[in-house]
Amino acid sequence: MTINKKQEGTKLEILLEGRLDTTTSPMLEEELKQSIGGITELIFDFEKLEYISSAGLRILLAQQKIMNKQGSMVVKNVNEVIDEVFEVTGFSDILTII
Amino acid sequence: MKEITVDAQIENLEIVTDFVEEFLDSQGCPMKVKIQINIALDEIFSNISYYAYQDGVGKATLKLEIQNKPKAVCITFLDAGVPYNPLAKADPDITLSVEERKIGGLGIYMVKKNMDEVNYVYSEGKNILSLKKYI
Repeated sequence: MTINKKQEGTKLEILLEGRLDTTTSPMLEEELKQSIGGITELIFDFEKLEYISSAGLRILLAQQKIMNKQGSMVVKNVNEVIDEVFEVTGFSDILTII
Repeated sequence: MKEITVDAQIENLEIVTDFVEEFLDSQGCPMKVKIQINIALDEIFSNISYYAYQDGVGKATLKLEIQNKPKAVCITFLDAGVPYNPLAKADPDITLSVEERKIGGLGIYMVKKNMDEVNYVYSEGKNILSLKKYI
């Protein structure tokens, strides 16, 4: 999985490419830990993300909890499979998906 | 029927993923189903790697088969670890708010939702988890 970041002031956009699964999640977790300080707007762009497993969902949930206190978080450009994963797990109610 | 046995360690997830994908491609499996099976594989193999053998190392075996009429992919996971029925776990409450949601319990829930049939038996010292997905 590749992680691309774009930061403008306190807005951070993260583009993921590949798969967010058990083996790649630690990479994202580490990246977020390092970059998230002072960020008030967090955007995940999933256009190039193939799928997400529960390891990835755990990270999104933890991050949503942090951003609820710190600002806002959105997830955009999800494909059909990821959309269904969010629906089935109730994450479509927790995350802001655009 | 195709079969692979690896050490139940998370580093081997890629090997088993390649093994399963090659099989699915050879059967003309649609992309969406392939992704759903990949997710199930991630969840189950991770659980076996992290929990089945506790502090020890053991093996995990995957068997792949095609059933016809109706056409389905059958995936069976076998391990000789601690007896554990993942289906006995209660489903997570997916209506809870973000603050109340627990981090965990989603993996097997996603497997149950994505697969058409999921069965578990403990037999001859092995945990045997079978999944079936119609394609």
